[in-house]
Amino acid sequence: MENPYAIEMLNITKRFPGIVANDNITLQLRKGEIHALLGENGAGKSTLMSVLFGLYQPEEGVIKKDGKEVSIKNPNDATALGIGMVHQHFKLVECFTVLDNIILGMEPTKNGFLQKAEARKKIVALSERYGLHVDPDARIEDVTVGMQQRTEILKMLYRDNEILIFDEPTAVLTPQEIDELMQIMRNLAAEGKSILFISHKLAEIMAVADRCTVLRKGKYIGTVDTKDTTVEALSAMMVGRDVKFHVDKEDKTPGDVILKIENMTVASRMHHNNAVKNVSLEVRAGEIVCIAGIDGNGQTEFVYGLAGLEPLVSGKITLCGKDITKASIRSRSVSGISHIPEDRHKHGLVLDYTLEDNIVLQRYFEPEFTKAGFLRRKNIRSYAEKLIDQYDVRSGQGPVTVARSMSGGNQQKAIVAREIDRDPQLLIAVQPTRGLDVGAIEYIHRQIVAQRDAGKAVLLVSLEMDEVMDVSDRILVMYEGEIVGELDPRTATAEEMGLYMAGAKRKEQ
Amino acid sequence: MLLLIQYTLIFASVLLLVALGGCFSEHSGVINIGLEGIMVFGALGGALMMKYLPADAPAAVIILLSIGAAMLVGIIYSLLLAVAAINFKADQTLVGTAMNLLGVAAATVFVKAINTAENPNNVSSTIQYINAKKAFLVNIGGFEFNWFMALAVALLLLSWVLLYKTRFGLRLQACGEHPQAADSVGINVYKMRYAGVMLSGLLGGVGGLVYITAGVSEWKFENGVAGFGFLALAVMIFGQWKPFRIALAALLFGLFRALSNVYTGFDFLASLNLPSTVYNMLPYIISLIVLALTSQKSAAPKAEGIPYDKGSR
Repeated sequence: MENPYAIEMLNITKRFPGIVANDNITLQLRKGEIHALLGENGAGKSTLMSVLFGLYQPEEGVIKKDGKEVSIKNPNDATALGIGMVHQHFKLVECFTVLDNIILGMEPTKNGFLQKAEARKKIVALSERYGLHVDPDARIEDVTVGMQQRTEILKMLYRDNEILIFDEPTAVLTPQEIDELMQIMRNLAAEGKSILFISHKLAEIMAVADRCTVLRKGKYIGTVDTKDTTVEALSAMMVGRDVKFHVDKEDKTPGDVILKIENMTVASRMHHNNAVKNVSLEVRAGEIVCIAGIDGNGQTEFVYGLAGLEPLVSGKITLCGKDITKASIRSRSVSGISHIPEDRHKHGLVLDYTLEDNIVLQRYFEPEFTKAGFLRRKNIRSYAEKLIDQYDVRSGQGPVTVARSMSGGNQQKAIVAREIDRDPQLLIAVQPTRGLDVGAIEYIHRQIVAQRDAGKAVLLVSLEMDEVMDVSDRILVMYEGEIVGELDPRTATAEEMGLYMAGAKRKEQ
Repeated sequence: MLLLIQYTLIFASVLLLVALGGCFSEHSGVINIGLEGIMVFGALGGALMMKYLPADAPAAVIILLSIGAAMLVGIIYSLLLAVAAINFKADQTLVGTAMNLLGVAAATVFVKAINTAENPNNVSSTIQYINAKKAFLVNIGGFEFNWFMALAVALLLLSWVLLYKTRFGLRLQACGEHPQAADSVGINVYKMRYAGVMLSGLLGGVGGLVYITAGVSEWKFENGVAGFGFLALAVMIFGQWKPFRIALAALLFGLFRALSNVYTGFDFLASLNLPSTVYNMLPYIISLIVLALTSQKSAAPKAEGIPYDKGSR
């Protein structure tokens, strides 16, 4: 009988000093199936893939291709075995054309000269066969994220890869593009390709995958058929306990206007045009307003303008009746704006400072922490300890842990603790759960809702549909720097929101 | 007028060669500030070859051997940058600066040692190559054609083909733009960067030789190459890292440099009565202005200056 598996990783164990990253993990990918690999951050998914690509050598276990044991010493071995991967962060050269990116590393040449015409024929044929529309001559920097992803897929097909790995492929796509990608994945599987789909989005796994292998804390939990399971059961396998997906919150009537933005326009530092165009909005006490949209539609610049990181081209910002349009970052922060930034490494933490220093980053100058120009280290320590305890921030050495050495989830918790404990009037949370696992997401959502219930104004900027629908009281969709629609999460559907996000629909002016 | 063209072409050849060198290095992802030092060493290699070749050697032999020596010594010296920047992941700007300081100093020491060994009273750092230099020149009417001009054009065409028409060029540029992407498709980033730096050594070395033979028939190595390595960097940036644009930029800068040699031949320039130092300053001032104006929309390779570490992704 023919071996039904395209690739098998049997009883893989990989140890690092002090930690077992993969503990006796088995993953069997059938030919022509879509197989999901599910697990929280740190569950060992990346390590397992690194083993498959020969970046790490496992201490125990074997890898079999078509039933025969193989040895994978480096990524080139993996490529030779027909294993290809679309990385979460695309590995494309921005100033190259789509065609150049596809052939890079496998260039057809004649007497040392590139034979692009030959490559083009093959690429066009592949893109027609699998329904992957690309423009071979467009530069990567000019095409949409969706086309970049199709380029990555074509890269694998061009190399005749049989085993295709997708690492969190939907994170950067619109709902419509996600549907398209899933259709592409089904086409590929129907053509006999075997697909491994790494994700922690349960709904997508249920929608597209045939089977799902779950890892937790480096251990193999099990493999299930998606048609025999539920989202709840999968998440319990992943987290090890039941998780609430829905954030419980009571209806609340918003109070006074806390933040008022009038006709705000902000320039983009990168592209020399206005990234935010004439945006007006209000956030009231006791409500969570969410700015939804696809990444890169001006949300970043909008927050920069609001937080004072970037000057406004025009417009006016009022906080509790006070004009703060021209106020410095510190004075904004002192007058009651807390900001959980999008990029926690760039704007959230000083990575090489200790946790306690990071916790007092916006308050070190207050009399409680400074006397005559000298820091009162004792007070800083006890304050940091209080927050660490209260918000359950886990780290190696407590207050003196260097921030860089902490896990992403705990870094984020530290920022959330710091920002919320300052008792702000307005909390700006930008993608507060990016890259976090289900448990941490649940925690942070609870904290945000608690702020709202305490009568604060919350402005949430998010790219995650579920988060937008679940947490917010009011949704504003941003498209190309403008607010194109306002939705009520209780009545709106994901499809409707997707149309606004893609710019296909907008409210009447 | 003919003299102006002749000088423009020869100085432009120097700038073109060295800037192309910088272009290869930067496309591979390594900033090469050390071009100045590489030029000095290339010049030293070529000058010594010319000095020791028998005077009656055929012109073709002199040409090939001295160019070969300049290229070889340039490559060897550029390996300093390659080892420090690629293997040890040193700061490329600092290494380049150190190479410039070392280049002039070491060349001076070598030449002085050689001169004193020949004649204990000779403590100068000058090498003469009057006879050998003639091999490079061909008189066409009043125009003194220099084989280096042909070499520069040939290497320009070759560079363009190499960068844009071959597998090597595509891979080299990928390493300078997105080394992780290059690595993920099986390209050895370290090897490609070595190749880029060594090509800059080759081109920088021969550029140095052209520079010291441009107007004179002996060279005092204490003087280095008067900032031509940096001018070449300016040419490269003005040329937006593209060979043919670099060639045009080199012609422009070469013209201003040539003016300082021949401005007295033009009545209206001579009648301005400007001191010669003004003309000497021109190329440097122009490069300041040009860089201030063009650095905004720079097309520099994205990953240049960042040591590639396989581990981080």
